[in-house]
Amino acid sequence: MQDYVLQARDLDILIQVVRAEGFEVMGPVLRDNAIVYDAISTAADLPQGWTDEQEKGTYRVKRRNDGAYFGYAVGPHSWKKFLQLPHRQVWKARSNNSGIQVAEIVDEAPQLAFLGVRSCEMHAIAIQDRVFVDGEYQNDSYTRRRSNIFMVSVNCTSAAASCFCTSMDTGPRVTLPCDLEMTEVIEGETHYFLVGSESYRGARVLQQLPVVPSTQEHEAKAERAVQNAVRQMEKGPRNFDSTDLKELLYRNYESPSWDRVAERCLSCANCTMACPTCFCSTVEDTTDLSGTYAERWERWDSCFTADFTYITGGAVRPDTRTRYRQWMTHKLATWHDQFGSSGCVGCGRCITWCPVGIDLTEEVRKIRELEKINREGP
Amino acid sequence: MVPDSRAVKKTSGKRKLAVWKFASCDGCQLSLLDCEDELLALAGEMEIAYFMEASSHQVEGPYDLSLVEGSITTARDKRRIQQVRAQSRVLVTIGACATAGGIQALRNFSDVEEFTSVVYAHPEYIATLKTSTPVSAHVAVDFELQGCPINKHQLLEVISAFLHRRPPQVPAHSVCVECKIRGNVCVWVADGIPCMGPVTHAGCGALCPGYSRGCYGCYGPKENTNTASLCHWWKKELGADQATIVENLRNYNAAAPVFARESRRQERPDGEK
Repeated sequence: MQDYVLQARDLDILIQVVRAEGFEVMGPVLRDNAIVYDAISTAADLPQGWTDEQEKGTYRVKRRNDGAYFGYAVGPHSWKKFLQLPHRQVWKARSNNSGIQVAEIVDEAPQLAFLGVRSCEMHAIAIQDRVFVDGEYQNDSYTRRRSNIFMVSVNCTSAAASCFCTSMDTGPRVTLPCDLEMTEVIEGETHYFLVGSESYRGARVLQQLPVVPSTQEHEAKAERAVQNAVRQMEKGPRNFDSTDLKELLYRNYESPSWDRVAERCLSCANCTMACPTCFCSTVEDTTDLSGTYAERWERWDSCFTADFTYITGGAVRPDTRTRYRQWMTHKLATWHDQFGSSGCVGCGRCITWCPVGIDLTEEVRKIRELEKINREGP
Repeated sequence: MVPDSRAVKKTSGKRKLAVWKFASCDGCQLSLLDCEDELLALAGEMEIAYFMEASSHQVEGPYDLSLVEGSITTARDKRRIQQVRAQSRVLVTIGACATAGGIQALRNFSDVEEFTSVVYAHPEYIATLKTSTPVSAHVAVDFELQGCPINKHQLLEVISAFLHRRPPQVPAHSVCVECKIRGNVCVWVADGIPCMGPVTHAGCGALCPGYSRGCYGCYGPKENTNTASLCHWWKKELGADQATIVENLRNYNAAAPVFARESRRQERPDGEK
């Protein structure tokens, strides 16, 4: 499928062609010491020559010794902020003599191109699609936005220490459908992208680029680059066997490890906000002073807050132990029963952006070890 | 104390608003005056019956809604807050002073008599309590709106909610949620800056982290705080010294129980144990 070679110096042409096709391009940019997703207008907006170092509760950007455009892993933002808006108005209502008039807010669904979507992120978007588009409770705002996305994916050629997509079978090679798929190859003076198209829209863009058909050598180099990321993760600190996670967590609802993690967890909700699949939201209804005008807003919410499970009489999950257990058990176990896959794509954001460095993979290991000790003795 | 605020007689006509001041800087009352665009609408919905910061015109109680600013620092305050409660159907405390004792609650960690002897030429003129305490330590409070100063939009939300008998939308989650909704990059994780965000009540819109500064907790504790874990990480991973940790816990909400307990623990020679 990946049939063409685009020289790195021509990357801007790709961006301009996509823009000319009517899309506003969103991609990685360096801002506030992090690589975040925001609007870009030229290739010069990309964080060329930058990378990131990630570990539990820490993220640092630093200079690379080459000019790679996509030489970093995923940052604090995920694409969900463009699809499931963090905060949006749902309706407004006004009451007068003739009754109450409710007007739905149909927010604008812009034509966006996502540039540089990683395989784990493609999986995350597919998971959110199953929740918001294919599920029983369709979210119209998400569905409209999602249908307007032009997706340019990038195969990862290096992994952060927080990455574990190989353990979750979600990367680093892109396997889900997109409009254009790219692999960045940088070896000495050679710097190009292997580009392929999987859609009509993608092929239309590809036709307008100064590309040449790729050779076996081009493809072999690209494959080596992707294998580099695979190797890094397989040798990395977060490589683990995820095949029995559902059963493991179902068996360990009362594991003492939940008490231990609750001692550290701040219940600040950072993990859920940073997670590209966490989809929970709440609605807030307000009135103005006169009481004749009301609004409903939808806002990202988290299973780590008390309000999240508040019903008559109090919160169902009043403490951190039950909140963390709910989050992790849903993410790795009950998600399978609910949506037919794991809710985790191995992007590592919850590990990096947890202020106190709680590591999901480490918590799984602890649960496993404690279960073993419980069964066999120390 | 009034055991049930419904015992206070309901007023006829427009509902009456009173704004009371105890030990405070007046900043939270100013937040109400700062509602310039909405003040006329408020005056249209409520009779502003007692608000000395705005007008010397006073209407006698009872009042339908009392907003109380300031902490209790004198014997006179202690008596007066009982009187305020007795003539208020609903009593809402506003700001860090009224909800947690304010910056003046730093006295709770020291000796007030020593302070007055050093500061005043005639300390015998000073009649003050040993502690600064929140209003809720003295009378029943119907709702606490945290913040130093409070957010005027949240204040309007609380008043609107009161007027239309609905719960106020004032979420008690962390500042982190506001940061993430704004798309801020976490200053703690990306810059190693000690930030109070994970233990602090939302409401400011993540103002300081939005300008690449750490949160210093002026909205007081969020629900379900874990200050011990926060301080442990500050010390072990961010290299914060004891003074930094204690100073951050002892700001405008120094006497909020979860902050006070942790700052005392951090001050002990054996540190975190």
